[in-house]
Amino acid sequence: MAFTAPKETYSGKVYNVTIGTGDRAASFGGENVLPFLPFEGTIPNKPLIAYEIQDVPPTDWPENVQKPFSSVSGDPVTWAKFCQDTLKAKAIALRLIGTHPDRENRSPEDAAKTVKDVLSAINVPLIILGSNNAEKDAPVLIAAAEAAKDRNCILGKAQEANYKTIAAAAMANNHKLIAMSELDINLSKQLNILITQMGFDKERLITDPMCSALGYGLEYTYSVMERIRLAALTQNDLTMQPPLLADVGMYVWKIKETQAPESDVPLWGNAEERGIAWEATTAAALLMAGAELLIMRHPKAVEAVGKLIEELI
Amino acid sequence: MLIIGEKLSIIAKRVREAMIKKDKGPIQEIAISQWKAGAGMIDANIGPAEDGGEDLMQWMVTTIQEVVSLPICLDTTNAKAIEAGLKVHNNQWGKPLINSTSNDPERFPILELGAKYNAHVIGLTVGKGGLPADAEERAAIAAEIMGRAMEYGVPLEDIYLDPLVLQIATSQDHARHVIKAIAMFQEMNDPPMKTVVGLSNISNGCPKALRPILNKHYFIMLMNAGLTAAIADAHEMAEAVQEKKMIDDVLAGKKIDDAKKMTEITKTIDVIMGKTLYAHSYLEM
Repeated sequence: MAFTAPKETYSGKVYNVTIGTGDRAASFGGENVLPFLPFEGTIPNKPLIAYEIQDVPPTDWPENVQKPFSSVSGDPVTWAKFCQDTLKAKAIALRLIGTHPDRENRSPEDAAKTVKDVLSAINVPLIILGSNNAEKDAPVLIAAAEAAKDRNCILGKAQEANYKTIAAAAMANNHKLIAMSELDINLSKQLNILITQMGFDKERLITDPMCSALGYGLEYTYSVMERIRLAALTQNDLTMQPPLLADVGMYVWKIKETQAPESDVPLWGNAEERGIAWEATTAAALLMAGAELLIMRHPKAVEAVGKLIEELI
Repeated sequence: MLIIGEKLSIIAKRVREAMIKKDKGPIQEIAISQWKAGAGMIDANIGPAEDGGEDLMQWMVTTIQEVVSLPICLDTTNAKAIEAGLKVHNNQWGKPLINSTSNDPERFPILELGAKYNAHVIGLTVGKGGLPADAEERAAIAAEIMGRAMEYGVPLEDIYLDPLVLQIATSQDHARHVIKAIAMFQEMNDPPMKTVVGLSNISNGCPKALRPILNKHYFIMLMNAGLTAAIADAHEMAEAVQEKKMIDDVLAGKKIDDAKKMTEITKTIDVIMGKTLYAHSYLEM
């Protein structure tokens, strides 16, 4: 008797989200199966990896992840072009970290100018991120959303404290929106409900359940993502069907395992390889949990994860 | 179903102030109100009561029993305060209930008090290491507590097993584990073991308007599983009994005339049973 693979069927489907414009627009989500199980349904899009850049030079990044960008990262426009043209980035995530009040405290107008300049230099989709200061992000992202009007970007991150202004800005300027909550599946669902109750289309949302690095709570992110995906697919929970974001690079490149030099901890081996492996492993785990959109930093980690995606789908 | 009126807790500001000032008025008013609404016992929750716990519990027991002819549930982690309360408890209105022992060795001496004063004892199905994961773990801990009770000379008929209700907003899966545990506990002895829950913890952390809705539905579902007693607001539970037929009809898959109520009941049952993910606005979706 021939072997028949047992198959699950799912009642729900993740929303298909397209960002950017023209022939470089990119789509992610859209599947009606758990990650990497194409034999049970359809996976129309591969997960999308965006290269992270920022509005100010990355002096806060560890040296090993600064290095690949050392000749371009002095200016966000050059940096973005390098990612697009040399590294063949399919999307770019611009973090406006310099707007943070404890950093350069750049104004919303300055941030808007950076967004405009970067957008005029690239044709791949752009993700625009604030500095994760709930108060400052509101005016910064309003200005950024206007500067990027009709370029179909992703704006983020809307949190419980500031979602009203940021969601309104995304809605008025035709952008997608990241809704972030802090590692709590019930609050994640609640935030998606609150945003859609404002009239924001749930099919334009991206859920960020909050990332964490391997060894620093990755299992919590993994578990929340997995349960969100199960609610979306097995319970057909419409509020949990937006694609999931894993904001990997930022969380990975701040822990001691990606920074400590080999001379300090000889048993840990080469620091550069270790950092790349850490970022790739964290990203791979979150792909398995259900992430459809990744934000990453090191070109070699992006390459490794890209290869994994190609081999599995 | 025994309702243990829950409104006399040190967590409530008005009650706490009355306890500090030894002002009988508010305490007696609340006790009478719970009694009239159908409570068969009054919960006296004085918290950990590390200082002056013995005096406070005696004062609570006598203050309540001065105006209400009901037994008292002595609710504190302070064993000395429990013993003090047992000494003055008027048993002619029923046996007092001690809240509680558990599978933590530190809580075993509570069983000695139960045997010595011929009191009922709540056995909370938690051990020393963390919370039980599901109904089966709760039943395993219940078996340990039952063994321990017999060892200390407390008859199993005097034990109320408590599966520990957790907050639905953060521990949704436990809502249905607790319902299952209530059913399982009864199978563990003949005559069936008595059971009790601290009901309102289910809705702790939920929006204020949602709390009575969740409490009432959960109460009916636990009642259907065979629950013996609930530490709860007697007024709210009286309302729940009024709404029981509607909830039972929806549980049985029948349609009820009131469409709005039908939606509310269906959504609440689904959230309790884990069929939809809880969010504070689940009724609005």
